[in-house]
Amino acid sequence: MTATVGQQAQAAARANDVWKVYGSGEAQVVALRGVSAEFERGRFTAIMGPSGSGKSTLMHCLAGLDSVTRGTVSIGETTVTGLGDAGLTKLRRDKVGFIFQQFNLLPTLTAKENILLPLSIAGRKPDPAWYDTVIETVGLKDRLDHRPAQLSGGQQQRVACARALVSRPEVIFADEPTGNLDSRSGAEVLNFLRNSVREHGQTIVMVTHDPTAAAYADRVVFLADGEIVSELIEPTAETVLDTMKKLDTAAEVGN
Amino acid sequence: MFRATLKSLLARKVRLILSGLAVVLGVMFVSGAFVLTDTLGRSFDSVFADGFSEIDVNVAAKPKVQVNEMEGEQTVAPLPAALVDRVKQVPGAASATGVVNADGARVIGSNGKVVTSFGPPQLGENWTGESELLKLREGRAPQAEDEIVINKALATAAKVQVGQKVGVLTAFESKKRDFTLVGVFGYSGDRDSIGGVNEVFFTTPVAQRLMLGEPDVFSSITVQAADGVSDEKLRDDVARTLGADFEVKTGEQVAADASASLKEGLSFFNKILLGFAAVALLVGTFLILNTFSIIVAQRTRELALMRAIGASGRQIIGSVVLEAIAVGLIASVLGLAAGIGVGALLAFLFGKLAGGLTLAGIGVPAAAVIGSFGVGLVITVVAALLPALRASRIPPIAAMQDVATPDRPLTKITVAGSLVTGIGAVLLFLGLSGNAGGQTLSTILGGVLFAFIGVALLTPLISRPVVSLLGAIFSWSVPGKLGRLNSGRNPRRTAITAAALMVGIALVTGVTVILDSAKGSISALAQDTIKAELVIAGQQGGPRPPTFDPGVLDQAKSLPGVRLVDGEYGDMARIDGEGTWVAASSDIASLRQIFGAKPTAGDIDRLGPTQMLASSDTATSRGWSVGSTVNVQLTRGEARTYTISGIYESSQLTNPVTLPVTAAKDFAIPQPIQGFIQLDPGTRVSDVQPQVEALLADSPEVSVADRDAFIKQQTSSLDGLLTMIQILLALAIVIAVLGIINTLALSVLERTRELGLLRAIGLRRSQTMGMITVEAVVISVFGALLGVVVGTGLGAAVVEALKDEGITDLILPWGQMGVFLGLAAIIGVVAAVLPAVRAARINVLGAIAHD
Repeated sequence: MTATVGQQAQAAARANDVWKVYGSGEAQVVALRGVSAEFERGRFTAIMGPSGSGKSTLMHCLAGLDSVTRGTVSIGETTVTGLGDAGLTKLRRDKVGFIFQQFNLLPTLTAKENILLPLSIAGRKPDPAWYDTVIETVGLKDRLDHRPAQLSGGQQQRVACARALVSRPEVIFADEPTGNLDSRSGAEVLNFLRNSVREHGQTIVMVTHDPTAAAYADRVVFLADGEIVSELIEPTAETVLDTMKKLDTAAEVGN
Repeated sequence: MFRATLKSLLARKVRLILSGLAVVLGVMFVSGAFVLTDTLGRSFDSVFADGFSEIDVNVAAKPKVQVNEMEGEQTVAPLPAALVDRVKQVPGAASATGVVNADGARVIGSNGKVVTSFGPPQLGENWTGESELLKLREGRAPQAEDEIVINKALATAAKVQVGQKVGVLTAFESKKRDFTLVGVFGYSGDRDSIGGVNEVFFTTPVAQRLMLGEPDVFSSITVQAADGVSDEKLRDDVARTLGADFEVKTGEQVAADASASLKEGLSFFNKILLGFAAVALLVGTFLILNTFSIIVAQRTRELALMRAIGASGRQIIGSVVLEAIAVGLIASVLGLAAGIGVGALLAFLFGKLAGGLTLAGIGVPAAAVIGSFGVGLVITVVAALLPALRASRIPPIAAMQDVATPDRPLTKITVAGSLVTGIGAVLLFLGLSGNAGGQTLSTILGGVLFAFIGVALLTPLISRPVVSLLGAIFSWSVPGKLGRLNSGRNPRRTAITAAALMVGIALVTGVTVILDSAKGSISALAQDTIKAELVIAGQQGGPRPPTFDPGVLDQAKSLPGVRLVDGEYGDMARIDGEGTWVAASSDIASLRQIFGAKPTAGDIDRLGPTQMLASSDTATSRGWSVGSTVNVQLTRGEARTYTISGIYESSQLTNPVTLPVTAAKDFAIPQPIQGFIQLDPGTRVSDVQPQVEALLADSPEVSVADRDAFIKQQTSSLDGLLTMIQILLALAIVIAVLGIINTLALSVLERTRELGLLRAIGLRRSQTMGMITVEAVVISVFGALLGVVVGTGLGAAVVEALKDEGITDLILPWGQMGVFLGLAAIIGVVAAVLPAVRAARINVLGAIAHD
């Protein structure tokens, strides 16, 4: 009993028997089949799986972007399932940060304005020390007045990372953050994400299909056909690749 | 958040400029109307202040029949000359002068035509010497009976010089009389005229006889105060001495009253302009709604991102509304400025047209500023609310994936459209059938507004079949087919764009239907009823109708082949205290023989000097029957009692009341206005017409025409009205064109990738342009088609409601409708130019890589 309470305090995000069903009747698609998972505080977790495995759906449900058909999702002490629009807005403001594959910066704002946008939306002032730290870590000090169009892809994604970090959310969800980057820029961004976990205790949940990217995480959760099928702690690119291959074979055998 | 909104606003300035332009044009109308009426109002103030500056106190008779600005000019009954001496003896009066001052002194220019006025009076007066205001520039004062002086502007307009013989028509003599021009005068400040008023000065007895109709009377008495006596004290003293039968006012009061009555007319004018502004703004609302909807759709990803990083739905609404406020604010400022310019320009033109009205400085009244900002902001924000609401419903997940926004079903919008159209129809029915309980006009306007919005809501549903049908014309070519498919792609967007055009076209069509029907009905009635082969009449320019010498009537009667001649007089009179239009016929037999009147009671074939006839409608509403006696007060003279001797059936051509012709001398205009000549059977019109023409040589204001030409001339004022309304409504159509340009430009932007692809697989530049043009033409013709149909419906409803008022024939202007559709096609082509060029210039490689 005590252990469970301890575990709860440790988890930044939890999914409890989450089902997600799209459509109905003939066109019914079951994206998640009773997924239960915990994502510990201060750790970098990757969610992997072949396309159509439900990894993005799981992340969307965890982040409160999509509703679940059954089961519950919670972030920190907040139960996400059942929250109304106002509750979800507050959740996104205070507890969740996002990094997208397409960077999704506002083209009209400078890098600095983009980074501070979540805070200004919430009507809060940045903590100057933390802001400086974030800027320092992403290494964009001399690029702050540039527009997104004047930055390289890697720089844009680092701005997006800084934007997610600056409000110190409970958990950051990253959706294929390196999907649009070359390997060098991708490595930069992943290093930066890992450092923010190690040095600042940030919690990150990343969806990816790239074993190299997953190897930067502390833990990898594998999804196939809407179910968690495997898990790796302290992964390397090789172990991840092996697991993926096994999953593929299993799927083929299963078919 | 605020900053992000403003930045994104600035990044899309071009898009917003077009939608802002719609607001600018509407607001321009509003502020222009206020600036124009304010400027003209103050100009009139200063004209009257000047005109009456020499007068300390003015004495006039109380008007016997009050008429308002819409009914005509106020004519004041004359005062006996003996009154001047009584006024002189009032303590404090330094001097008192009898003044003759009446409208209707028409100078004939050197070209033989009367110098016309488009509003300001043509005063005939008695010469009482020079003053501070009025100084002779050439010649001398009139001394003999046949001498006159006129103001410089009039001399210039008539092209006459001192020493020449000049023909003048006067209030009591519409036969040309020759005078010698002995002097020309001007006004202080080197002005040739004050406010376009023209003045002819006679010697006092001549002025009395020709302008007032009798000797030893004056229009008014002007009094100068002795030193140390205030105008107000003198006024009160004079008023006490003379008693309650007279209006005694200070010069300032007279000026203010005269100005106020003119301003009443101006405020009516103002309301009409504001009505057109409302139409322009209604169309603008559609345009803004559409622009913001498209912008929100294009920004889906950006707005979703905002939601994902913590913006609330309310903040999203706020950001869209903030954009709207910014656009509205800028548009209001520009519209206000443009309106000041337009108002000033119109005031200048008006001043020129009115014959040299000296304009007061251009003023910007508070109403213009408040109206501009109020209207500009409210319209923009209201129009942006719906798109804002839609924006707030974008799910945050749209930031990560292309959320396919399925084409929402049109059921809801169609139900709403039917409901609103229904409300509009009910309101129209209530208003037009006269069951709106005193709110007729506002009920009808509300009905029209609801009908427009309802039809606009129904348009998406209609657009699918109609647009694909219209587009079928272009389907023979690939670009045409693509254009057709594109225009059917987003039925809501196409519908709103077309609906904006619909409003303008519908109003023009509706007005055309009504006026054409009115014209046709009146012509048909006149042709069926008026049994006169020749008609004497003139074209009315100013407030005073043209008149002619009554002697012509008798001379025409004695021409061979002429059977019956009738001269028609008319005036506003007070009968038993109620304002009533009265007429007099020089030959009462004309009632039956020319106008086809049928007696319902009594005898309408003769009329004694104290008898009168009434129409059946008037008799019923006033409770008169044959033998009733009524009290009639005409513009001049004492009230008299008349006995009703006959009642005729009411028709469109009968007057409410017919008085004996002997009463006409007390009418405000004691001269015949129209003459009707019936010929013996077998007499050729072309034989008689030149002879009548010769008789009218000394009555240059009128001419003789055959009946058809007369009817045409009478209904031609409706043509002028129609042209004016069409010009004003053209603005609404211009705004709609902006809407089409805007929609296409945004669509091109939206489809950059697609256009690039089409170009990559071999679509030529010209074909790309053709595709966009087809889309524009399909949308605009669709809008015009809707407008023609809706306008015809509205017009037909009004015509149906006016059946009892004599508009019996529904005449559909097919030719005009065809012109509108053709015009719409041209509008489409013109609107497509810029977006098409833009689409054709798309860089193929860049477009495919475009994100």
